Amino acid sequence: MNSLLSGDFPRSRLLAAILLAILFGLAFAPFLFPGAQPLNVAAKICVFVVLVASYDLLLGYTGIVSFAHTMFYGIGGYGVSIALYSFGPEWGPMALGIIAALAVSVVLALMIGLLSLRVRAIFFAMITLAVASAFAVLASQLSWLTGGEDGRSYRVPEVLRPGFRLLEEPLFGVAITGKILSYYLVFSVALVLFLLALRIVNSPFGRVLQAIRENDFRAEALGYRVVVYRSIATCLSAGMATLAGVLMALWLRYTGPDTTLSFAIMIDILLMVVIGGMGTLYGAVIGAALFTLAQNYLQVLMAQVSEATAGIPLLPQLFHPDRWLLWLGVLFVLSVYFFPTGIVGRLRR
Amino acid sequence: MTAVAVTLPPKPKVDWVPLAIVPVLALIALPLVGSFSTWVTLTVAALAMGMMIFLMASGLTLVFGLMDVINFGHGVFISIGAYLALLVLGPMAAWVASDSVIENVIVLLACIGVAMAGTGALGWAFERVVVRPVYGQHLKQILITMGGLIVAEQMIHVVWGASPIPISLPTTFRGAFVVGEAAVERYRVIAVVLGLLVFAAMYLVLNRTRIGLLIRAGVENAEMVEALGYRIRRLFVGVFIVGSGLAGLGGVMWAFYRQTLTAGMGMEVNVLIFIVIIVGGLGSIGGCFIGSLLVALIANYTGFLVPKLALVSNILLMVIVLLWRPQGLYPVAKR
Amino acid sequence: MSEVLLRLEGVHTHIGRYHILHGVDLLVPRGELTMLLGRNGAGKSTTLRTIMGLWKASEGRISFGGQDITAAATPDIAQAGIAYVPENMGIFADLTVRENLILAARRGEIDPARLRWVFGLFPALETFWSLAAGVLSGGQKQMLAIARAIIEPRELLLVDEPTKGLAPAIIMNMISAFRELKAAGETILLVEQNFTAAKMLGDGVAIMDDGRIVHAGTMAELAEDAGLQQRLLGPSMDTHQ
Repeated sequence: MNSLLSGDFPRSRLLAAILLAILFGLAFAPFLFPGAQPLNVAAKICVFVVLVASYDLLLGYTGIVSFAHTMFYGIGGYGVSIALYSFGPEWGPMALGIIAALAVSVVLALMIGLLSLRVRAIFFAMITLAVASAFAVLASQLSWLTGGEDGRSYRVPEVLRPGFRLLEEPLFGVAITGKILSYYLVFSVALVLFLLALRIVNSPFGRVLQAIRENDFRAEALGYRVVVYRSIATCLSAGMATLAGVLMALWLRYTGPDTTLSFAIMIDILLMVVIGGMGTLYGAVIGAALFTLAQNYLQVLMAQVSEATAGIPLLPQLFHPDRWLLWLGVLFVLSVYFFPTGIVGRLRR
Repeated sequence: MTAVAVTLPPKPKVDWVPLAIVPVLALIALPLVGSFSTWVTLTVAALAMGMMIFLMASGLTLVFGLMDVINFGHGVFISIGAYLALLVLGPMAAWVASDSVIENVIVLLACIGVAMAGTGALGWAFERVVVRPVYGQHLKQILITMGGLIVAEQMIHVVWGASPIPISLPTTFRGAFVVGEAAVERYRVIAVVLGLLVFAAMYLVLNRTRIGLLIRAGVENAEMVEALGYRIRRLFVGVFIVGSGLAGLGGVMWAFYRQTLTAGMGMEVNVLIFIVIIVGGLGSIGGCFIGSLLVALIANYTGFLVPKLALVSNILLMVIVLLWRPQGLYPVAKR
Repeated sequence: MSEVLLRLEGVHTHIGRYHILHGVDLLVPRGELTMLLGRNGAGKSTTLRTIMGLWKASEGRISFGGQDITAAATPDIAQAGIAYVPENMGIFADLTVRENLILAARRGEIDPARLRWVFGLFPALETFWSLAAGVLSGGQKQMLAIARAIIEPRELLLVDEPTKGLAPAIIMNMISAFRELKAAGETILLVEQNFTAAKMLGDGVAIMDDGRIVHAGTMAELAEDAGLQQRLLGPSMDTHQ
């Protein structure tokens, strides 16, 4: 257990209990919550745990803000999409797509890192914002490659399709279809990636990152090449985000700008990191789980409030489900002010 | 007293290279575009766009230079400035459509006045509520101001609705001058003139007044300005308000240029503005001016030659500039 | 002993997580030049910055002319009559020599007689009057920094290592300038590493180590007692430039 968690324990009973509950819930999701919608939510949580953890590697552990995380996430998605769409639903093309996507992401991350981080860390935030928006425009314009605004649906390898049956008989009353297998693929890869991230932040490398976050001049004076460490962190984070994108693309069997590159997803990630707790990977788990669940219910609730307040000026517009982002924004600003250590920080106190 | 050999230091040289890039770029584009009249149209459009970007970006770069505050929510003032123009355009619709030059000019000036006053006031509040609690904490600054941008953008949706709003230019400013074979839109000329006026005013304030002297000194070394007995905070709040007002002005101009209002316009321009101030050198007004022109020229030329690469081309510009001068074209001497 | 102009009592300063000053007690008498000596990292620059309010004292009391300035803001401290020349000189490189000096004149005008006196101390400034300060040599920048501090009469000058990195000829020039300032009756607190310069200038002396004042007395007394010097300052002091 110690080596599995890299010696980084939750350090709070309640936190440990919540984490175990989430792990348990996700591990047996197909059996505990049958149906397509709950399984979708569970898969989304798995993917976002990886995505948010990889983002926290940058924001929480390295202390730099990136607005290009959805870009790397999108590269993963488009890698799978393009490969499967062009070369057919086989494992070979998929592997090729994943490798190509990883290569593109890491090279891009390295270029952004070297270009901006050697000047000032603040450049990084500005440059990633610019590059990410250019990338989003590019992805929607190169429709011959990406499917443009509409995105693209494609077929995945046969074992992962809903029509596929692994067992003749249902297991505990649930038919083991390709969809279930697909879920377990997502779940196990996410788990491995999460444990890997835990390993990284608790390694000597991770400790140097945190030293840099605390005081970059001092770290530089101690002989650590700050730019190099930060750039490596950027690449690792980008690579992990790419893999999260791959998982999402496999699960949805569709990749388009709205599911990968939109700024709303970037805000989701930021909010999950902040609510869960910056600088602790367990925060990513809690943030992603809580937020994804809330998202599915709150939007319904907002629609109801909006209808109930019909006739009153302004209120219906305020609570219109399309104004979801408004409330996220408010929540986000308030959490950064009043709740900077997030849920995990609170629980650990 | 010991006599010290006095050697004359080298004459300070004006750094001409970045200045020269602008005309050189325009000349290189000429054969690529092919037609002289198209080139004139494109170039004037670019100059107009560059001036508007400069208006919007200048406040941001000074705010950063003075207090090391990076405001990711600067785009808010652009969108809100543009939407505030609706307060004027609605009631004064008759004057917009009228043929009287005077009435048209009054409408435009009223739009600008309302937008600048509104965004200036908003800037004051934004500095107080959003920015002040997170001084000296870049990470939180970035997160909070970005959050502020999102909330403000959504509030525009709530107040003015989610769909784009078309607006029309006052009659006098519609149409184009025809110079030879080239058509030059009137409004673009007005944008260029207005932009130059503001640039000149800003230049005079910065170089000929005591406040300007304090701002220039503060951008270099705010701590020393304080140690000389000046309250840099007041100066900063002033610059923040003026910068927000200028962004509002830019927003109005930009809205008339596109003749459509969308809540996301501030965010879109925000990206261009960031490229501009990185290219120009954070904190440098001259760099911001050159950067605005470069970004606009490149956006317009590539928009014509390879439309799909317009935004990517600006990223490329930024990469090239940063490889050449990592601190931007005109780096500000920092303590 | 004459009237005490500046008094520090038990001043502690923290910079981030680091505890730099551990209870500094220091007196600066009016009309004298007080030397503040000590090894690198002893806390001399931090002491000056704390007086200026650029770091806030976490404990203790600083009074200037009888007025408590411990928690005052930097601009208020400056307006109370303290001029400061930081270790990095704090020159505005993009501004001309003239603009640098005009900034230090509160009303925006320099008194011509005072300016002539400053030009007499540092003739180079007249020569380079309208050049950007960034193109000046290191010594000229230091002269500009000191000129900026004295362009209007102030009650107290805080100067941080004015001879650092300067050529010997320029150091002599600097020393004679400080002599003239002393003769003009200025009160000065001077941080110095160069003991030769310190010996020639100081009336009183305070020696810092590890964030505390470990010795205070007259310069003459310290200059004569080689053993005391050796014990307090170590052997490297004299050769240090």
